[in-house]
Amino acid sequence: MSAPQVLKQGSTEERAENARMSSFVGAIAIKDMIKTTLGPKGMDKILQSVSGSEAIVTNDGATILGKVAVDNAAAKLLIDVSKTQDIEVGDGTTSVTVLTGELLGEAEKLVDKKLHPQTIIQGYRIAYNAARDALVRSASPINQDPAALRTTLMEIARTTLSSKILAQDRDHFADIAVRAVLRLAGSPNLDQIHFIKKVGAGLHQSYLEEGFLLAKHPGVGQPTRIEKARIMIANTAMDTDKIKIYGATAKVENPAAIAELEKAEKEKMKEKVQNILSTGCNCFINRLLIYNYPEQLFTQAHVMAIEHAEFEGIERLALVTGAEIASNFGAAERVRLGQCDLIEEIMIGEDKVLRFAGLPLQGASTIVLRGANKHVLDEAERSMHDALCVLVQAVKDQRLVYGGGCSEMLMSRAVDEVATQTMGKKALAVEAFARALRSIPTILADNAGLDSQDLVARLRAAHYQGNVLAGLDLELGAVGDMRALGITETLRVKEQVLVSASEAAEMILRVDDIIQCAPRQRGEQPEDD
Amino acid sequence: MQQQVPVFYDEYGNPFIVLREQDKKQRITGVEAIKENIQACLYLYNTIRTSFGPKGMDKALVSKDGDVTVSNDGRTILDHMEVENQAARMLVELSKSMDDEVGDGTTGVVILAGSLLEQALPLINKGIHPIRIADGFEMACQHACQYMETISDRLEFTKDNIAPLYVPATSCLSSKIVNRHGTKMARIAVEAVLDVADLDRRDVNFDHIKIETKVGGRLEDTELVQGLMLDKGISHPQMRKEIRDARIAVLTCPFECPKPKTKYKVEIDSAAKYQQLAQQERDYFHRMVQLVKQSGANLVLCQWGFDDEANHLLMQADLPAVRWVGGLELELVAMATGARIVPRFEDLTPEKLGHAALVREVNFGTSGKEEMLSIEGCANTQAVTVFIRGGNKMLLEEAKRSLHDAMCVTRNLIRDNRIIYGGGAAEVACSLHISHMADQVGTIEQYALRAFADALDAVPVALAENSGLPPIETLARVKAAQVREHNPRLGVDCMETGNMDMRTHGVFETLLAKKEQYLLATQVVRMILKIDDILKPAPAPAQ
Repeated sequence: MSAPQVLKQGSTEERAENARMSSFVGAIAIKDMIKTTLGPKGMDKILQSVSGSEAIVTNDGATILGKVAVDNAAAKLLIDVSKTQDIEVGDGTTSVTVLTGELLGEAEKLVDKKLHPQTIIQGYRIAYNAARDALVRSASPINQDPAALRTTLMEIARTTLSSKILAQDRDHFADIAVRAVLRLAGSPNLDQIHFIKKVGAGLHQSYLEEGFLLAKHPGVGQPTRIEKARIMIANTAMDTDKIKIYGATAKVENPAAIAELEKAEKEKMKEKVQNILSTGCNCFINRLLIYNYPEQLFTQAHVMAIEHAEFEGIERLALVTGAEIASNFGAAERVRLGQCDLIEEIMIGEDKVLRFAGLPLQGASTIVLRGANKHVLDEAERSMHDALCVLVQAVKDQRLVYGGGCSEMLMSRAVDEVATQTMGKKALAVEAFARALRSIPTILADNAGLDSQDLVARLRAAHYQGNVLAGLDLELGAVGDMRALGITETLRVKEQVLVSASEAAEMILRVDDIIQCAPRQRGEQPEDD
Repeated sequence: MQQQVPVFYDEYGNPFIVLREQDKKQRITGVEAIKENIQACLYLYNTIRTSFGPKGMDKALVSKDGDVTVSNDGRTILDHMEVENQAARMLVELSKSMDDEVGDGTTGVVILAGSLLEQALPLINKGIHPIRIADGFEMACQHACQYMETISDRLEFTKDNIAPLYVPATSCLSSKIVNRHGTKMARIAVEAVLDVADLDRRDVNFDHIKIETKVGGRLEDTELVQGLMLDKGISHPQMRKEIRDARIAVLTCPFECPKPKTKYKVEIDSAAKYQQLAQQERDYFHRMVQLVKQSGANLVLCQWGFDDEANHLLMQADLPAVRWVGGLELELVAMATGARIVPRFEDLTPEKLGHAALVREVNFGTSGKEEMLSIEGCANTQAVTVFIRGGNKMLLEEAKRSLHDAMCVTRNLIRDNRIIYGGGAAEVACSLHISHMADQVGTIEQYALRAFADALDAVPVALAENSGLPPIETLARVKAAQVREHNPRLGVDCMETGNMDMRTHGVFETLLAKKEQYLLATQVVRMILKIDDILKPAPAPAQ
C-alpha cells in the first residue's frame, strides 16, 4: 500500500541530512557571494533590477543582500541578520554574514564527522562566551581629551571608510564625518545631518556645510537673501483650501454665483496668507504646493516662499531652526517661528540651493556629496551613513577595539585556550569556532591578493607571543601594530557581529527538517487569519 | 485497497445512483480505511518526533509566500504544514487544543497519540475490533491518570518565595532556542505571571501580559517592563516626548472631519454658505481639541488618524498624541491605566482618563525612526510587558512562543501545584503500572492495555534518541531501575550527568498538563480508530 498523501499537493519536506545540507548550502552560498566585498580591498557588486533599467553599484553587505531574491530558508535568515545589523549599529553588515557563513561551514565539516548538531551548539556556546569575554576585556576606553578624541574618531572613520568607494579620499571624508558628528555634541540624533547629492566634479570636492542646505528655490521675484530670517514652517494646503467638512460639493445656479464663489475662495486664501504674514515671518516653507495666487501675495510682501519641501525636509528644518510645523493660522501669534541668521542662495556646481546659516541648533550640518555619476553618489551616501553610525556609536559607547583581523585573532586565541580545557566532543566545536573567527583575517588577506595562509599563520604566532595589537597591514602585506596604524573599530559593532552571528548559526544548526508549503498560485487569495 | 465507488445495476442495466457524482469519488472501507488513517498520522508523528525534548531539533517552515518560520513548538510546526489528510488534521487539531487548554506539551501530545496509533496497528492485524482497542486505551488512560495522582508531588511556593517556580519554567524552556539564557528567560516569565496573578483565586489573566518584540540587540537584553510598551510614536515631531504624571484620554474617534454613516450631501450654492462652512470646519477642529483639553488630559491615544490641522492644534495645545493605536492595544492601555475607552469627544470627562506615572518615547537603532511608547507606573499596577530583543526576527518570534509556553506552565502551577516528574519518568512509571494491571483484565482489552503501556514507552525512547543515547537500552535501564528502587522519579538522563533522578535535575511538569495530554491523545485516537469508511474525491490525474 502506498503511503497516503498527507500534505497539500506541491508541498515538500526535507528531513535530517537533506534539510541540513540545504541549510548549509544556502548559507554558504550567501557567504561566498558576499565575502569578496569584505575589507579595504574588497570588491563591489552591480545589482541590476528585474526590469534591467536600474543598477546599483555597492560594497555594502546589507544593500547587496537586501536586493537579492533567494529561495532558501537559511539564506533568508542570513539576510535578515544582516539587515538587523544595519538597523541596529549601521556597520559590519558584511562581517556578520561572513562570520555566520563560516560558522556554518565549520559545522558542516563536524556534522560530516558524525558530531550531533546539539553537541556543536554546546561547543559554540562555550566558544562564544570565551570570545566575547576576550573581546570586551581587550576594549580600551576612548580618551576624552578633545584633540585625542578627534584623532581616535578619525581613525575609526578611516577604518570604516577604507572598504568603501570613498577609500581614495578617505582622509577627506573621515574629516567630514568626524566634524559632522562632533557638531552633534553627543546627541545620537542623526536626523540633524542632511545629505545633498549633486552630480558633477570629483568626490574630493564634497564638503561639510555647517548649517542646513535645502535644494529648493524661492518663488519668482522673491528675495533670495534674507538676514535675520524668521521662518514659518507649514504643512498646509496652499493650492485650493478645500472644505473637508461634510463632503461638501458646490452646486450653483448661474455664472454669477460661480464668480462669487471663486471670489470667496480667493478671499479665504488671502486671509490665510495674511494670517501667515501677520506672524512677521519673512520666509515661508511649505510641505505642499503653493499655487500662483498665494505665491504672488508672498512676493508682494517680500517674503520668501518655498513649496514642496517634502516631509523629511520640513521635519529637519523644523528641528534645526526651532520652528513648529504649523497647519493652523487662525491664531497666528501662537505659532512659534524658526530663526536663523542668514538665508542665501549659493551655487553647487550648476545648481542653486538655499543655505540656512547661523542656526539655533548647533548640531545641524549638511554633507554635500559631489561625484561623477549617480551610482557613485548613492554609494558615497551609503558609506558616509555607515561611518556616521559608527562614529555616533563610538561617542556613545566610548570603547574601542582594533581592526585588521586583530580582534578576531585575539578572540580566536581565547577560544582555542578554552578548547584545550573542554571535555568531550564539544571541544571540536570550540576549535571550529576559533577557526571561523580566523577566517575573517584570511578573507581580508585573500581579498587584498596576499598569501592569506602565510599571513594568518604569522598573525597567529604574533598573538601567541603576546602581541595583542597585531593585525594585518594590507598595504604592506605584513603583520603590523594596529594601534600604530590607527586601525580602530568600535566595540559595539564588533560585539553585535559576534552576538548576531552566533545566534543565527545556532538557529540554523538546530533545524533538521524543512517543510515548504506549495507556493501561492497566481490569483490565489490570501486566507483570512 | 483504494477503489472507485462500486456501481450497482438493476435488472434492466440502469445504474443505481447512490452518491452524487459517485464515479468521481474514491472510497476506502473497513480495516483498510483505519490503516490508511494511521499511516497518515504516523507521517506527522515521525516529523514531529525529532523536536521533542531538551535536545530536540527545530523545523524550518517556509510559507506559501516564502516567509520562513523556525520553530520547536509542536503546534506552530503543525499549523504551518498545510496538512490535507483529514485524519492527520485531527492530530493538528489535537496539538492546537492542547495549546489552548494547557499551553505546553503540544509536541508530547502528538507523540503520544501517534505512538498509540502505531501500537494499535498490530492489534488490528491480529483481528481485534478497533472499538475494543479504543475501549482498552480508555481504560488504560483512566488508570494511568489515577496512578499519576498517587505518585505526584506538590510544589510549594508563596508570593514571597517564587524561586521554586523558576525550575519548571526553565525545564519548559530547555528544549527551545532561548535555553541559551534559559534561567533569565524563565525568571522573566515567572515574574511576569506572578505580577498579574491572583493567588487567592488561583487565576492568571494573560490579557495583562503583553509580549512586544523589537529586532536588534541581543537575547539577553530581553527584559520585563512594569507597564506597557506600544510599537508607536508620538504623532507630531515637536510634541513632548516625555510626559510625567500622565492623564491619558483613550479615544476611538478620529481627529478628522466628521463622516456621518448615513448618506448625505452638502451643496454649496452661495459664497456666504462657503464661508459659513469654512468657519464651521475650523470651529469643529477647535472644539475637538478643546474638549480633550477641558477634560484635563495631557496625553491622547487615538485609534484613528489625525488631520494635519488637528495634529497641529493638538501640538499647540501641548497635548502629545499617538495615532493609529490598534484596538487590542487600546484595550490594554485602558485596562492598565484605568481609562475608559471614549467613542465621542463629548463623552470625555475627567473620570474617564487613565493615569500613569511616566509615558515616554524610546528610540532604537540608528535611523531614529524605530520608536516605541513606554507607559510606566500605570494606575493598575498589574500590567506588564515582556520586551524581547534579538538578532533576527525569526529568533524573536520563536522566543515569543517559548516565553508564552513558560508562562502557561507557571499559570498551570498556580492553578494546581501538583507536579509529576518529566524526562519520561512519569511515562515509565505508568507503563509499568499498566502492564501490571493488564494481567488482571480478563477480556480482550488486555491487549489494548499492554499496547497502551508500550505506547507510553515511546516518550522516553524519543527523548533518548534525540539526545543521542541508545534508545532501547536506556529505556530498559530506566525501567529496571524504577522497579528495583520503587522510585517513580527516575527518567532519561538526557544531559548525560549520570544521575537518573529527575527531582535532582528539577525536570517536572504539572500533573494537570500531563493528565490533559493523556486524555486528549486517547480521545483523538479513539476518534481515528472509529472511522471505517473514507469517501473523498478521487485524486486528480497526475500531470
